[in-house]
Amino acid sequence: MLAHLPVLQVIVPLLAAPLCLFLTRPRLAWGFALFVSALAFVISCILLQQVMSSGIIIYELGGWEAPWGIEYRIDPLNAFLLLIITAISTVVLLAAHTSIQQEIPRERQTLFYILYLLSLAGMLGIVATGDAFNVFVFLEISSLSAYALIALGKDRRALWAAYQYLIMGTVGATFILIGIGLMYQMTGTLNMDDLSRRLPEVEHTRTVFTAYAFIIVGICLKLALFPLHLWLPNAYAYAPSIVTAFFAATATKVAIYLLIRFTFSVFGLTFSFTALPLRLLFLTLGLVGVFAASTTAIYQKNVKHLFAYSSIAQIGYMIIGFSVSTTTGLMATLLHLFNHALMKGALFLALCGVIYRIGSVQLKHFNGLGYQMPYTMAAVVIGGLSLIGVPLTVGFISKWYLILAVIENGWWPVAVLILLGSLLAVVYIWRIVESAYFKSPLPGRGNIKEAPLSILLPVWLLVIANIYFGIDTRLSVQVTQAAAMSLFGVGP
Amino acid sequence: MTAIAIVRLKDLFPLIMLSGIYSLLSSGFFVTMDAVDVAFTEAAVGAGISTLLLLVAITMTGRTEHPVRHKPILALVVVTITGGLLIYGTLDMPIFGSAQAPVHLHVAPRYINDSMQEVGVPNIVTSVLASYRGFDTFGEVVVIFTAGIGVLALLSVVPRPVTVAKINSLNHLLHEQHLILRIVSKTLLPFIMLFALYVQFHGDYGPGGGFQAGVIFAAAIILYTMLFGMITARRVINQSLIQVLAAIGVLLYGSIGVVSLLNGKNFLDYSILAGDPVAGQHLGILLIELGVGITVTSVMIIIFFNFAGRREYLQHLKKNNEGNNDTSC
Repeated sequence: MLAHLPVLQVIVPLLAAPLCLFLTRPRLAWGFALFVSALAFVISCILLQQVMSSGIIIYELGGWEAPWGIEYRIDPLNAFLLLIITAISTVVLLAAHTSIQQEIPRERQTLFYILYLLSLAGMLGIVATGDAFNVFVFLEISSLSAYALIALGKDRRALWAAYQYLIMGTVGATFILIGIGLMYQMTGTLNMDDLSRRLPEVEHTRTVFTAYAFIIVGICLKLALFPLHLWLPNAYAYAPSIVTAFFAATATKVAIYLLIRFTFSVFGLTFSFTALPLRLLFLTLGLVGVFAASTTAIYQKNVKHLFAYSSIAQIGYMIIGFSVSTTTGLMATLLHLFNHALMKGALFLALCGVIYRIGSVQLKHFNGLGYQMPYTMAAVVIGGLSLIGVPLTVGFISKWYLILAVIENGWWPVAVLILLGSLLAVVYIWRIVESAYFKSPLPGRGNIKEAPLSILLPVWLLVIANIYFGIDTRLSVQVTQAAAMSLFGVGP
Repeated sequence: MTAIAIVRLKDLFPLIMLSGIYSLLSSGFFVTMDAVDVAFTEAAVGAGISTLLLLVAITMTGRTEHPVRHKPILALVVVTITGGLLIYGTLDMPIFGSAQAPVHLHVAPRYINDSMQEVGVPNIVTSVLASYRGFDTFGEVVVIFTAGIGVLALLSVVPRPVTVAKINSLNHLLHEQHLILRIVSKTLLPFIMLFALYVQFHGDYGPGGGFQAGVIFAAAIILYTMLFGMITARRVINQSLIQVLAAIGVLLYGSIGVVSLLNGKNFLDYSILAGDPVAGQHLGILLIELGVGITVTSVMIIIFFNFAGRREYLQHLKKNNEGNNDTSC
């Protein structure tokens, strides 16, 4: 069975989703989803271990060899992504039952878990595959379920947010599809590995240039790169809290993965960075994104909005690392991918606990919460410190590598700007700390209890991971280094 | 011309009809380009089922577009750039129909020359979709399943129980309205369903397959519902049964993949299903097409019933509100 792990990684959650429909009791459906997600996590651990020890794994679906059939191609990069997605999904699901019971009507809870599993399977499918069209098919699965999940939010504005996301997401997906179609027309193949070998022959043509431009813009819409980020804040703010935690930690990561995969593996480094002034463009957009989004975050009244804008800023950091396009730069991006998933997972899950107790995440309702919900707020503070990049947290590690990469390239001013960007993070985190610890609670609010254990436990699991991987960086650095090296075609 | 008319129109009803015609025209294009399977799908989905679904949607939203005053300059710029880029991209494309185009030289020759020996199905499109790239098709079925679940999660309302007396009175009423329409369509229905079954099981020889068949079958049921009312249709088609069927279609497809896994082959390798690999491929394709057909039919019916059920629910609410207002006055 070990040889089938690459496909099992995707089809286990994919087939579990329709099976879930037979479990009418929400509690059963939750337990089943949790079990499936944990199983996927175990599979991804074994896969990562296999890839690190013995190199790329190729799996031919339907038994047809590559350019004729579809293949799964697991290398250090996507094995790492698979691990992030399954890990976060499992931890978030731990808290799901408690939170969902309160936020979604009972008759829709089973459907919620089905959509959750579909979304998970879709993301895993995008990451695992080595076929450009297969990417699009799984992108559709994950996006469609994402729209429905966001629209399930209690607030009626969730519908509008999901609709906006649907329009932007569909435009993005269509652009990607047009790009893939044009590439197929010029090369006659859809397999990524095969494409990378056949594209150089035709890379001077205008058609390939157009294909490249469409794919890049499509992916940038999906990853909410500034200024294409407008769908993100509302989608995150009005979705059910569990969904926010899951997507904030995984969805944009998958888009970043696609960006790296298409520029490095499919189009090749030399073409990608000469066809368009991508370095300068992404560096500028990344920096502007960091400052614009962080500044907007400072003025938010809703804490979910605040962290959503902060997510856009963090995407800016990842894009800066990408624009450096050296091994260290890519390592910084990948490290931040992992670290940001841990931070935002912890922060949004903590907010999930807050919503469970006080039903709101308006900043003014946070007054005095530091004493009423000490463990939850402590988690928010540690997550916030990690977001700023304080030493001994994961945030420090990613900032460190990012600055290292920028300085290696001789871009001193950029390094200074990155540090300034972190100062903005201090400001918006401070606003939360200020109201939670230094303001007295709003009058007329009764006794508020600490968040239930089923939410606190996963929150603290992630918080501890924030600290642990901030001190012991062996795993994350080793894997990201291998991934970056393999993308540059050196080493295993 | 049709596209321009669609953009200019403010009345939604002719707009939907025109977009149906637009789909029909483009399926005509596909036929002239020798893409019969694509044409068939476009005709069944674009001109058929989506027109029906849009019609149900406008019964809820009203017929006319709200006039909006804004100057979409930014949108115009974006659209122009996108269109310009697309035209720019076509400049270096291989000439249409050229035998030297890369598309015809790389993977296609094997599909054309060897698929008969390897898969044993005369329709090459089917063997590519269902076997060589069977995993993509599996993904598409899951996409449709996701759409169905999404609609259920967002729109589903529990139907109110209906008494037998009410159904009888309704049936009596129905006999008087649209009598000709009802009788004609009633005689048509068995033939539509028979045609759907033909398309379903003939996909390996001619154009067709699970997607088209599922849509046609669903169209038959939707036609019945439109003419005889939701309440009667609900008695014929059990809601929870149809949800289970949607899941079973996906599971049937997936379980065939799992059978090949358990026999030591790769996922969705059908050659293990029978003693002879080619017969196994053929059997596999028939079974997965059946899975596709079941899921597509049930999801289309789920979407339609929930749209229409929502409308019924809203009307019910409205009536109740009016009733309350009357008593308060």
